[in-house]
Amino acid sequence: MSSLINSEGKRRDGRGIDELRPIKMQVGVIQNANGSAYIEFGKNKILAGVYGPKEVHPKHMALSDTAVLRCRYHMTPFSTDTRKNPAPSRREVEISKVIREALEPALILTDYPRTAIDVYVEVLQSDGGSRCAGVTAASLALADAGINMLDLVSGCAAGKIGGIPVVDLDDPEDKEGDGDMPVAILPNLGKVTLLQIDGKFSSEEFEKAFSYAREGCMKVYAMQRKALMDHYFGAEESI
Amino acid sequence: MSEVKRKYVIPGELVAEGSYRNVSNIFRVEQRYYSTRIGLAEVLEDSVRVIPLSGPYFPRVDDLVIGKITDYSAFAWEVDISACLPAFLPAQSVFGREYSPARDSLTNKFAVGDLIVARIAAFDRTRDPLLTVSDNGLGLVSSGEVVKISPIKVPRVIGKKGTMIKTIESGTNCRLTVGQNGLIVIDGSAEGILKAASALRLIEEEAHIADLNQKVQELISKTSGVERNE
Repeated sequence: MSSLINSEGKRRDGRGIDELRPIKMQVGVIQNANGSAYIEFGKNKILAGVYGPKEVHPKHMALSDTAVLRCRYHMTPFSTDTRKNPAPSRREVEISKVIREALEPALILTDYPRTAIDVYVEVLQSDGGSRCAGVTAASLALADAGINMLDLVSGCAAGKIGGIPVVDLDDPEDKEGDGDMPVAILPNLGKVTLLQIDGKFSSEEFEKAFSYAREGCMKVYAMQRKALMDHYFGAEESI
Repeated sequence: MSEVKRKYVIPGELVAEGSYRNVSNIFRVEQRYYSTRIGLAEVLEDSVRVIPLSGPYFPRVDDLVIGKITDYSAFAWEVDISACLPAFLPAQSVFGREYSPARDSLTNKFAVGDLIVARIAAFDRTRDPLLTVSDNGLGLVSSGEVVKISPIKVPRVIGKKGTMIKTIESGTNCRLTVGQNGLIVIDGSAEGILKAASALRLIEEEAHIADLNQKVQELISKTSGVERNE
């Protein structure tokens, strides 16, 4: 029915249905941030920076028993094929919110009462699945900043193209496919912190797609771990 | 010593299983202990802890800190202690109970831009950190150089029972005042200050190395005025 996936189960870019795009991660890339990370997820190129804990302005926003987490997901004007207006769009406001809600359960914010932690996710080049890559980079940046965390957050999307559940949609698959399902998990605790769906999934398709996404998240987690270990301990993995 | 088990961990990583009494930078789910930071995990007989490698300074009561006066009002100085919240030094704690804004001028004691060594007298979730300078060794910093390091590395600079700081002080003939917020005042000869500063840089960069004390000793005895071009 669709040219997104051929008869041998190969996709346009040659991937199988359970294969991720090439991923690259790096920690500690912004000198003036308290924590930072850079991620390449397929054609996505995303920079995440964490500033804080710091004083809350305006002061009435401060919470007396916990820190406030503030997130900004933003796409640079040159991140898309045609120039994107730099003003926050409806979509960016939504993604900022879901990224915040995906990160919040992983953080021990009560350790930093009356402060604010700012997370900036800046998309330099965009492709499909940028919110998952954004969450992944943001959690690396938070770990780099040394904020107390219960777990890292790993994100990976799944979707449906040509009626078949697949993992990690790129931009054309996202636009022309039948559905998209971004997922973020706390890999060690086995909790889901982000789950969205657009398109229609039957319960079998959902199960299949969700398990693909979860496996994808675990692969992403392994890479996150490696990025942190490389940055902090170099080649020496154990003592 | 042989009982200590060490490994590198990241947030959410399982450090130990069982039952331990003392933990730090750890959270527990039933019998399992997970790290909350990137760092070096140590499992001892009845304690597990993670020595973090990065992190912010969060004030605690009784911490010795070095701060910069940023502002003053009729009743208090505002001090930047490079924490997430600004600290306050009330005029009464400097001039005494009889302080009167009509009689005493705050700028006579500390001006904006001055560095002070202070202790955190009070801090909880209802107030900003409150400082005091009424103790031995506290007050205005009148000479020396300030070096800023990551606050997380401060325990390493001090060392076990102060061994590291003693090594640097005796090797360079300098006096070090180490604030818990990562600011360190080095006072002594120009050459000594340079040496001590490079030793502090070494400690900051290689805090997770085991035989750091020896490395620092080598550095201090070796560099004699070479690292001028910093």
